[in-house]
Amino acid sequence: MLNISLVYALLGGLLLLVALLTARDRSNPRRFSSAIFWLLYGLVFLIGDFLPSALVGVIVIVLALIAGFGGLGQGFAQIDDAKLGASIQRIGKRIFIPALCIPLGTLIGVLLLAKVEGHGWQLIDGKNVTLVSLAIAVVFALGSACWLTRETPVQGVREAKRLLEAMGWAVLLPQLLATLGFLFNDAGVGQAVAALSKDYLSLDSRFAAVTAYALAMAIFTIIMGNAFAAFPVITAGLGVPLLVIQFGGNPAVVAAIGMFCGYCGTLLTPMAANFNLVPAALLGLKDQHAVIKAQAPTALILLICNIFLLYYLAF
Amino acid sequence: MNYWPLLGVLVVILGFVLRFNPVLVVVVAGFCSALAAKIAPMHILELLGDGFLKTRTLPVILLLPLAVIGLAERHGLKQQAQRLISTVKGATVGRLLIIYLFCRETTAALGLTSLGGHPQMVRPLLAPMSEALAERDTPNLSNALRDKVKAMAAATDNIGLFFGEDIFVAFGAIILMHTFLRDLNIETDPLHIALWGIPTAVAAFLIHSARLARFDSYLKAEQQRVSQS
Repeated sequence: MLNISLVYALLGGLLLLVALLTARDRSNPRRFSSAIFWLLYGLVFLIGDFLPSALVGVIVIVLALIAGFGGLGQGFAQIDDAKLGASIQRIGKRIFIPALCIPLGTLIGVLLLAKVEGHGWQLIDGKNVTLVSLAIAVVFALGSACWLTRETPVQGVREAKRLLEAMGWAVLLPQLLATLGFLFNDAGVGQAVAALSKDYLSLDSRFAAVTAYALAMAIFTIIMGNAFAAFPVITAGLGVPLLVIQFGGNPAVVAAIGMFCGYCGTLLTPMAANFNLVPAALLGLKDQHAVIKAQAPTALILLICNIFLLYYLAF
Repeated sequence: MNYWPLLGVLVVILGFVLRFNPVLVVVVAGFCSALAAKIAPMHILELLGDGFLKTRTLPVILLLPLAVIGLAERHGLKQQAQRLISTVKGATVGRLLIIYLFCRETTAALGLTSLGGHPQMVRPLLAPMSEALAERDTPNLSNALRDKVKAMAAATDNIGLFFGEDIFVAFGAIILMHTFLRDLNIETDPLHIALWGIPTAVAAFLIHSARLARFDSYLKAEQQRVSQS
């Protein structure tokens, strides 16, 4: 059975190769601290399951210190214009094939391969169908890319290294923020916020209650970076007691639109790093908050819209 | 009630406002909240490690495609994407992104969320295409405006994904809402939750499309303002 461990092994292997190439890259002014970073990050994927959690915790802190204090350097990647020109002539539009292989291959995996099963076994682990399909698609895409471009897979690793270096510390952020969410949860941050909102908000106008719930969902999502983390806290604290029980709102509407208010918050926060900060790094934008700024007007107008939709549809 | 764990939230807000490195801010915030909740340091390390292992699925989708995208870029993917879009008569950044927004939102609503995304769609295809169109319409585009075009491409992918996926019944968020309400003894039909998301999904499309429709003339006006001053 193809499962998530296989995906982790693939990514871990890639990161170890990146570490090796980085250590040998003399054009990178911080090649050793960078190499240690990619090595440790790769090990978390490769053998993380066999390490004691506390040790992984220490590794996380080392990773954060290297990334946070500028220990991730960038090598020099020369663009060979003559080679690029020749490839544009020779390969032409077929270069789209490997790029489109990834989304389409993932789609085929999700729709077809996930259905391949026999008695007591299945080809793809049902819990992680998308990620396993993505990994399979990437392997095929890499094969087709190497065949088209007449490059070796090692050159592929070199290109991955170039893009990883361009992203820098942003690579680590999505996972670190999700981990922070767990830590906040264990520390009782959610309960404290829910208790605060219960104690200080006593609302007797229906419109004020709707507005308070919508804004609380958006603001708490901005803080946590994730609407899924905000939803249970704010809906249990405000949505259900006020809107559903006190004013008799339709719970399906309250939940659906409440979640979308949270999504408006996701568009506004650097805490949602994988959607907002990482793309800015990936596209090489000067301002790391450029994507948030592009989203902000849409998010704010939509939030106001949601308040009125909630007010008119829920009751 | 112990309110001290909220200290971590304060650290996060201050850290981002004062523009400290986000990676460090997050680690410090986690420790602040956990220590304020009187969790033993050794146990904090365990929680940190456990959390990091549990969330390993997050970077996979971002990091695995990089080798393929990098190779294809090295051999002209960006140039071909720009060449392809420049043959389409009447195409502008605004129009391209409106069509992309529509496709992204409807496919996500059908559960096909893997069809887009930043590493596999925005960086290699959507952003270069938008850039090429902006350049055709507004010659000598400044670097700051170029960044705005790319940022808008990324923003459009996010907005299409968020407000599309949440009206797909089998999506995690719908199941989360359904089971959460059931725990509070409130019965709902997952299909109803998905359906009541549609008005917002339509509103998101209309609002963002209206902004995109004005984006072309905005770029021209900005460029004129920059070149005059």
